[in-house]
Amino acid sequence: MKTDIILTGVGGQGILSIAAVIGEAALEDGLYMKQSEVHGMSQRGGDVQSHLRISDRPVASDLIPLGSADIIISLEPLEALRYLPYLKKDGWIVANSKPFENIPNYPDMEKVMAEYDKLSHTVLLDVEQIAKDLGALRSSNVILLGAASPYLPIDFFKLENGIRNIFGRKGENVVEMNLKALRAGAVKA
Amino acid sequence: MNKQLFLGDEAIAQAAIDAGLSGVYSYPGTPSTEITEYIQNAVKKEHIPFLHAVWCSNEKTALETALGMSYAGKRTLSCMKHVGLNVAADAFMNIAMTGINGGMIIVTADDPSMHSSQSEQDNRVYGNFAMIPVFEPSNQQEAYDMVYEGYDLSEKLGYPILLRITTRMAHSRAGIVTRDKKPQNPIRLEKEAKSKYILLPANARNRFKILIEKQKAFLEASENSKYNWFSPHPSKGGTSGKITFPTFSTEVAPPSVGMGGVGIVACGLAFNYLQENFPNGFENPVLKISQYPLPQKQLLQLAEACDEILVLEDGFPVVEEQLKGYLGIGLKVHGRLDGTLQRDGELTPDKVRKALGLEVNAPYNVPEIIAPRPPALCAGCGHRDVYDALNEALKEYKDAKIFSDIGCYTLGALPPWQAIDSCIDMGASITMARGAADAGIFPSVAVIGDSTFTHSGMTGLLDCVNANANVLIIISDNETTGMTGGQDSAATGRIHDICKGIGVHPDHLHAIVPLKKNHEELKAIIRKEIEYQGVSVIVPCRECIQTHARKVRKKS
Repeated sequence: MKTDIILTGVGGQGILSIAAVIGEAALEDGLYMKQSEVHGMSQRGGDVQSHLRISDRPVASDLIPLGSADIIISLEPLEALRYLPYLKKDGWIVANSKPFENIPNYPDMEKVMAEYDKLSHTVLLDVEQIAKDLGALRSSNVILLGAASPYLPIDFFKLENGIRNIFGRKGENVVEMNLKALRAGAVKA
Repeated sequence: MNKQLFLGDEAIAQAAIDAGLSGVYSYPGTPSTEITEYIQNAVKKEHIPFLHAVWCSNEKTALETALGMSYAGKRTLSCMKHVGLNVAADAFMNIAMTGINGGMIIVTADDPSMHSSQSEQDNRVYGNFAMIPVFEPSNQQEAYDMVYEGYDLSEKLGYPILLRITTRMAHSRAGIVTRDKKPQNPIRLEKEAKSKYILLPANARNRFKILIEKQKAFLEASENSKYNWFSPHPSKGGTSGKITFPTFSTEVAPPSVGMGGVGIVACGLAFNYLQENFPNGFENPVLKISQYPLPQKQLLQLAEACDEILVLEDGFPVVEEQLKGYLGIGLKVHGRLDGTLQRDGELTPDKVRKALGLEVNAPYNVPEIIAPRPPALCAGCGHRDVYDALNEALKEYKDAKIFSDIGCYTLGALPPWQAIDSCIDMGASITMARGAADAGIFPSVAVIGDSTFTHSGMTGLLDCVNANANVLIIISDNETTGMTGGQDSAATGRIHDICKGIGVHPDHLHAIVPLKKNHEELKAIIRKEIEYQGVSVIVPCRECIQTHARKVRKKS
């Protein structure tokens, strides 16, 4: 078993927190993992990506080879498309449908959606709206993780444990909020 | 076995703590910053006594401080990004002459592909230059083990070890097994310390002979290192007995790639990319290298086992050049120099795959509609107000040139400001502005941040004052080292006094808070000081909004 995941979005959206939750859950499961991320310059509203590789055998490369990602999880619709060359033929995209427009030449949403229409394995969700409805404004990233959970090689309750571990030091309220968000995302997907 | 999830940087930090570290001295720089930050947090959380974890003014002061700690017999660490070692090079080269007492590891975090840098220099070259051992881990566990054991080796050899990592290693996480914590060294001075540390010519000549003599021991350490090994044919079971990677199956036939006569040298992370492309075992003889000087014995074995050599290394063709020699006569060596691999840029599994003659199968392309999304100054950042005022004030001066520097404010190069004309190296804004002013450029303006100013700008300012150069210097002070995530800045709250002390005339030294409400005032000061024939310094000072927000969150 080996699952290669590209996580992407715009700096500050919470991509690295999702990566940390999955990573924590994988480690608890006794799986091997490597997770490569971008720090520094790209955190200031630029594109951010992380390569996350989980396997029951040791993982060699920190980077996912082109054409081998099983899933792209993206907090921004345009950003998912940027990493398409990494996706394998029958791989999935699980993405936030709401654009983050901080560049002057952001393409028309119709054109973005036309690209999604060309692909067969996509899940698009307005996670920010779901977060609003849930009263969990800062948990859109975890809602997206919930939506991606059926495609991950990790039992749902282990992701829940991952949430407890990662958000534990921020207090029980934050943990509960994120658990609620995770479940909401899983239901919507 | 209990595994913890560590970034490469964190693995190095934890290993240094576990090995009995007494002091880490660094200057922040992506991708090395997290090492020192991790140790600072550990000291706070675990109340580790007598462990100094400190940001210094620059990499040179950091490395020299580390040498002082080592002089006293204690174990020490100094971390920097690749270009930081240029700043520390004077100290670095001479520490190779003196040698050390307490174990010393110097981390250089190189940035191939320049994710966050101005150049992609490969600092293994510095290891060769200084003639000291270099480690280049291929994974995070190796990084941990190398540092943990490296202190013993450093003390045994009497020399510092240069640990070379890249952005990928620094910022990639994996499960790490840690080892027992060792106590710190007591103070333990050397008997013959003066002849070692006073580099007067008579002593220095002797120290250089000793360094040359030591090369044998360094080579022996490389040849016996468990991180270097030669495997004539791992997939067929003919291993050197050191391979423990369970990914290799000896039962599955290895893939045929038509490279029968080619031996492969894989350095550091490149080994992973090679492994990635041969999940069921190698077809070729392979030499893995993670410790330098190059292991001669194993290289000779490889040369005997093949007709040609392919060198996989991240960064410069350092090993390739050494194997090929200047004339390139003899064994055929392929790599970055002959185009088998791209000469520039970070190594990837895909580049290695192509070099091995295997096909890359990516079914989807990047859609044409994709636009780049560069980073930007944060909303509410004080640098924004500075550039807004500067751009407006300079509208009347068509020939104005703005020399900028290394930091968040370099983003002033991008729209909507497109305000700056240069960004070279730490401190170069002030000195370039002076040179350009000497040449007749008017107005000649420098924009530099507070941390960059104390790192390498103060001496340039002294030059300007001494020459009464016709420059306007803006020190955009956000009271932190912002670009790398908000580490302490060396002179928070004292920039104004430092400028005064260096000799800037008080009438031409201004403090202002860069806010919308002060926009007109800032513009007026800029205009007035451009017209002044001499050195003017404006210090717009407002705390970085990221560090400010973090403090507010902590309080609540």
